[in-house]
Amino acid sequence: MTVPILMIDAVSKRFTRRPGLAERLAGKFTGGGKPVTVHALTDVSLEVAKGEVLGIVGESGCGKSTLGRVIAGIHAPTSGSVTLNGQQIADQRRGNIHKLTTQVQMIHQDPFASLNPRMKVGETLAEGPRYHGIIPADQVRTRIRALLEQVGLEAAYADRLPHQFSGGQRQRIAIARALAMQPEVLVLDEAVASLDVSIQAQVLNLFMDLRHDLGLTALFISHDLSVVRHVCDRVAIMYLGRLVELAPADQLYADPRHPYTRALFASIPTVGTGRGRFEAIKGEIPSPIAPPPGCAFHPRCPFAGPRCRAEVPRLTTAGPVRTVACHLNDGGVDMQKGAA
Amino acid sequence: MTAALDVKGLTTRFETRAGHVTAVNDVSFAVQPGRIMGLVGESGSGKSVTGFSILGLIDAPGEVTAGAVLVDGVDLRQLSTEDLRKMRGRKVAMVFQDPMMTLNPVLRVGDQMTMAVRVHQPMSKSDALQHARKALEVVGIPSPAERLKAYPHQLSGGMRQRVAIAMALLHSPSVIIADEATTALDVSIQGQILAEVRELADETGAAIVWITHDLAVVSSLADDICVMYAGRIVERGTAEQVIGGPRHPYTQGLLDSIPARHEPGRKLPQIPGSTPQLSRLPEGCPFQPRCPRATDLCRTEPPLDVRDGQAVLCHHPLEGV
Repeated sequence: MTVPILMIDAVSKRFTRRPGLAERLAGKFTGGGKPVTVHALTDVSLEVAKGEVLGIVGESGCGKSTLGRVIAGIHAPTSGSVTLNGQQIADQRRGNIHKLTTQVQMIHQDPFASLNPRMKVGETLAEGPRYHGIIPADQVRTRIRALLEQVGLEAAYADRLPHQFSGGQRQRIAIARALAMQPEVLVLDEAVASLDVSIQAQVLNLFMDLRHDLGLTALFISHDLSVVRHVCDRVAIMYLGRLVELAPADQLYADPRHPYTRALFASIPTVGTGRGRFEAIKGEIPSPIAPPPGCAFHPRCPFAGPRCRAEVPRLTTAGPVRTVACHLNDGGVDMQKGAA
Repeated sequence: MTAALDVKGLTTRFETRAGHVTAVNDVSFAVQPGRIMGLVGESGSGKSVTGFSILGLIDAPGEVTAGAVLVDGVDLRQLSTEDLRKMRGRKVAMVFQDPMMTLNPVLRVGDQMTMAVRVHQPMSKSDALQHARKALEVVGIPSPAERLKAYPHQLSGGMRQRVAIAMALLHSPSVIIADEATTALDVSIQGQILAEVRELADETGAAIVWITHDLAVVSSLADDICVMYAGRIVERGTAEQVIGGPRHPYTQGLLDSIPARHEPGRKLPQIPGSTPQLSRLPEGCPFQPRCPRATDLCRTEPPLDVRDGQAVLCHHPLEGV
């Protein structure tokens, strides 16, 4: 295997909301008013090789966006570290953080919110590289024009404002803006989720072309399993802030090992499978403020036993290149009877 | 068998600065009791406006200018405002994408449900509460008696949508219109609700119009499918027909752009261009600038209305099944 370019080592991220004065006063009578902690990420470790596209999949509250933001240097992790080419992203709070975080660029879900409506497209694209001195000033204009053409737009669009573009075109502009920084790693956070299916296909094709031409390394965060399968080499499944399964895409889709992954696949409607086949997961996603003890999935898991309720399953190998965090895989559970 | 919902030639126009925009253009379809009709289209295709038009919920500058909406044989468009209000909720109910559009945030679930019951059926409060509790049970809400005492903000998104669906069911309406009702939900919760909806149609005999952009959802949920493009229904047939053998090039294009239908990593067939603005529709067939089968005929003449079985609006339809 090639040397990983991006290493995420035991990253945890907690968000704590401290109550205001009024709440603390009220709390004296009601017993409330205590700080509330959201466990957004718990002990997540991943490695991403150069040129690899890693998919991150999960439902709302699973921490996939938080992970993307930690990698992009927007949030500092509560514990653990993220290193890019051997240098820590998280620790670079001063000075160096500029240089490093420009090497990770994010593309967001909503291109209507992510582009400044008052800035011409050309200015939007030029702002970052100019500020960071990535492109020599006299070459900015030609580079921007070349970038627009690279993402399938016309060079003349540089003089237009975002409202003159459709959603799909805006997402192309957002991609061009990320590429203008010549990043080492791209983080795409639900980048095609808000697009219509015909436009989504266009943007996915563009992404695959760019990846091929530029050798991009990317984290592709999505809730859409069919999109992820199409563009990703490896896929990480997350549930309630933890990594539950990590495998090459073909292996994961052919043979999902974690009960949550299986349930997720079963509950997703697919075109052409016929009518009325929903094998739904029971129950709801628990709150990340008070995650259940033991395995976070146990209240919804058909195989859960006493061990699952008490002990958090570790990520263990389930093949040469795949890992899964489930007591089933640990030899401690009988599929029929549940965990011993 | 008479259709529970029979929409004939429904046309809705909006007055804009750019002139008249026909958001819904001569839309016709029928839904039999107990069947689910999937109304599919991309943004701006007019699918939601169709839903609102059926219920007479179009406000100025929009107006339903033509057509009939027959519910159990009664034309909603001929009714007075007062009579139409009596039909809404009792005979025809709607479920929206955002359940907070349906639910009043300052009322307990039980209070607003009993109000909704007593508007159409005179009964005591306690009887109405019993009725509401049963409706919550039907949509699979655990411990419904407790949920009745909760405020909407105390429920999760999926739970709220179930309550909204339960409210739509209160009067066992003949027709339920659901507009992107599971789009905002997580897939595992969506799966649960779709399973409930399927069961509902089978057991209560309600005719359901399921409006969505998601072909995968309609393919596994619906009995019949209508595909909309630029305000018109361009293809109509059973789910097997439309998914298995689409006749309109647009439907074919939509199905082809779904990644799951292709080898991973391969380039996806794409529909070139983007959906046209309704105020500036191209001559002839609205889909012709993006269509691989378009000929000179398509650029001048409006598309041919083919209505043998699997209806399609096209000069050069595909073979179908």
